[in-house]
Amino acid sequence: MAKGEQARAKKRKTARGDGKLASEASRHVLRKAKAGGLGKVAGFTDSNASWLKPKSKRHKAAEAAQVARPDSDDSMGTSGDDFGSEEVSSAEEGEQCKNLLESEEEGDGSSDIAGSRSDGAESIDSEADLEEGSSGSEAELEIEKKSRLVEKQRARDKMHAEAEIKDMALQWQREAEGQDDELDDTSMIIPQAVPDLTEVKTRIAEIVNVLENFKTLRNPAMPRAAYVDSLKHNVKTYYGYNGFMVDCILGLFGPAEAVEFIESSEVARPVTLRTNTLKTRRRELAAALINRGVNLDPIGKWSKVGLVVYEAQIPLGATPEYMAGHYMLQGASSFLPCMALSPQAHETVVDMAAAPGGKTTYLAALMRNSGIIFANEMKNERTKSLVANCQRMGVTNAVISCYDGRQLTKVLGPKHADRVLLDAPCSGTGVIHKDPSVKSSKTTNDIWNCVNVQKQLLLAAIDLVDAASKTGGYIVYSTCSIMPEENELVITYALRKRFVKVVSSGLEFGREGFARYRDFRFHPSLKLARRYYPHAHNLDGFFVCKLKKLSNGAKPPTGEANDGDETAKADAALQTGEDANPVSVPLPGKPRAESNGVRRDGDDGEGADGRRAEQKGEKKKKKRERGIVKKAREELMEEMRKLKATDDAR
Amino acid sequence: MRPLTEEEAKMVFEKLYKYVGKNLKALVERSDEAHCFRLHKNRVYYMRESLFRKAAPIARDNLVALGTGIGKITHGGKFHLTVGALELLAQHAKHKIWLKPSSELQFLYGNNVLKAGLGRITDNTAAYSGVVIFNMADVPLGFGVMARSTIECKTLDPTAVVAFHQADVGEYLRSEETMS
Repeated sequence: MAKGEQARAKKRKTARGDGKLASEASRHVLRKAKAGGLGKVAGFTDSNASWLKPKSKRHKAAEAAQVARPDSDDSMGTSGDDFGSEEVSSAEEGEQCKNLLESEEEGDGSSDIAGSRSDGAESIDSEADLEEGSSGSEAELEIEKKSRLVEKQRARDKMHAEAEIKDMALQWQREAEGQDDELDDTSMIIPQAVPDLTEVKTRIAEIVNVLENFKTLRNPAMPRAAYVDSLKHNVKTYYGYNGFMVDCILGLFGPAEAVEFIESSEVARPVTLRTNTLKTRRRELAAALINRGVNLDPIGKWSKVGLVVYEAQIPLGATPEYMAGHYMLQGASSFLPCMALSPQAHETVVDMAAAPGGKTTYLAALMRNSGIIFANEMKNERTKSLVANCQRMGVTNAVISCYDGRQLTKVLGPKHADRVLLDAPCSGTGVIHKDPSVKSSKTTNDIWNCVNVQKQLLLAAIDLVDAASKTGGYIVYSTCSIMPEENELVITYALRKRFVKVVSSGLEFGREGFARYRDFRFHPSLKLARRYYPHAHNLDGFFVCKLKKLSNGAKPPTGEANDGDETAKADAALQTGEDANPVSVPLPGKPRAESNGVRRDGDDGEGADGRRAEQKGEKKKKKRERGIVKKAREELMEEMRKLKATDDAR
Repeated sequence: MRPLTEEEAKMVFEKLYKYVGKNLKALVERSDEAHCFRLHKNRVYYMRESLFRKAAPIARDNLVALGTGIGKITHGGKFHLTVGALELLAQHAKHKIWLKPSSELQFLYGNNVLKAGLGRITDNTAAYSGVVIFNMADVPLGFGVMARSTIECKTLDPTAVVAFHQADVGEYLRSEETMS
């Protein structure tokens, strides 16, 4: 028995050794398999779930199987041994060994082969697995991996960007505090919020989108005003406009168009040049310039003398052709007032604000150097460029003077000219790309100061023209401003003060002038005026209006005289007849137009208007009341009520 | 603005005569409309008579220029033709030279005309006579005084001066401030 036992123990030992060997070999193979296909581990799919279980689970399952069938060898023989042997607790070891022994006893020599076979089977299995993975789940995982990488990258970028912003904020703060030179580190830790410009831009686009489709896209909790305010704020931060300018632009255009306008005001218009027909022809000039390596094209159907330059290897302002006066570099928009004026040969024409002479030389070319052009410029320094340009372009019919335009009527005498061109000095809101300071520097006061001068200049221009002129009697008023205050309002003022009417300027394109804008009501004939915008026409923002003088002299300052003039009939109709003073019009919403500045709201005139409006029929009042006036009236009523209450109390 | 005195007129006509020769008569007695010379702030202007009549109401201080400015009377009392006269001279010029395209710009920067830049020249141009200078496309670029006669020019070496620079259209850019 002892002998038998010994032998058994020995056998067990060897068997154990064998088993160890076998298990080790199988373990090695397994490791190899594992190492060989790491992807395989990730490649486990549900189809393998029948046999593939997490280690602990499987162990438990094996144990359960063992408990149920303590002598079931085959289950251990193929797959159990290699897995099971890896994580056996010391308590179980004996039993495990026994099991092993028993299993090994069955086929001692073949254990290796069996092990290897089993391994082989498994490796085949896993290979199949791998294939399956690569065909289906693996691709998905690739994407996931990629997306994870991208996400990581984004997160990193964001972190960097934030760090940079913080850094910049710190720097700015440091610069701001630079004068003090006493930098407190703790104070710098709180950086000022620096707006992320791309974010602001996308926000602008979003708000514009919402405002354009307000019914469908709005957040019902937010009123439209809130959206508009937010748009204003973002435009201010992104483009550097001041509040006044943004208000004006949003008053002129819808939100989408306003942003378009602002966007296109950032970039310069294409370079254009005008052929000097006194010296050459457009085709010859184009050929000469193309020879010099300039890429150009005719400007469009509307002009026979304009060329637009796409690309130039040489400076266009210093070619022999330029010096010889064959062309003038000038914006396409400044052709328009000259074309509108269309001076005839042998006429007397006055250009009231002529420097640097682009329009004057065009007028001379249109007149073929006949007749006479009084080219006036108020500033002495600017007359130099005017003289040089006139000489260069071969203008011989110009008389260049240096007066304040308002004095010209006195100097030349009234009724002196057949046609007058008034390209009035203005706020320059149409040519923001030329002077970006306009965006932030202009205020209501600047605009009204311009308006004041413009009104006086326009009256002077009208006085200069002889209504009895056989060929002429025209005035062209133009500005490079888009503000209706500087354009339509000035014309309306002139219509009230002089016997003139608005006539078609003969320009094929351009938008109609405003007949109404905010709470302004202009003369309906102002639709004949033309407006140009950078985003719509690729020209500078411009306004052109042609007036025909009907009769000499000024209108008497009474309203009755207005009725006598046929052109003022519509005006008179607007003014509801009863006003003795055409200056303060009783129309609610129509601003008082006086030479010493016009204010739209908030002063006593509105109150008076409101009171007068009250006296009229309810219907009329409702029809004509608009925002500001309504508010003013309500305020007034409230005040009255309060006064009454206090009186009653007394 | 006033008419030229006899002395001034003599100076002006003599100078013009150097460039246009007998065509001066056509300049003074024009067939289309009576033209005249006027002096304003030491500058000599050439204009239609109707023009200066209409310009009469403008005060002397405020009048900057009118018609065609052809020259100025210097402090020393001499008369200088300026580039404004170029068009008049080019129309009636007796002697002309044409520049090669390569030397066009050199002349427009105020340099003399060298033999190398000489494209064409009128025959029988004497030395020290006034010439109007064109480019090969017949665009007048300026005027000057011949340094050599036509015959001498043929045998000159390329770097020798053919004509001295007096005025060129580049002045419109270079000295815009002194135009009036």
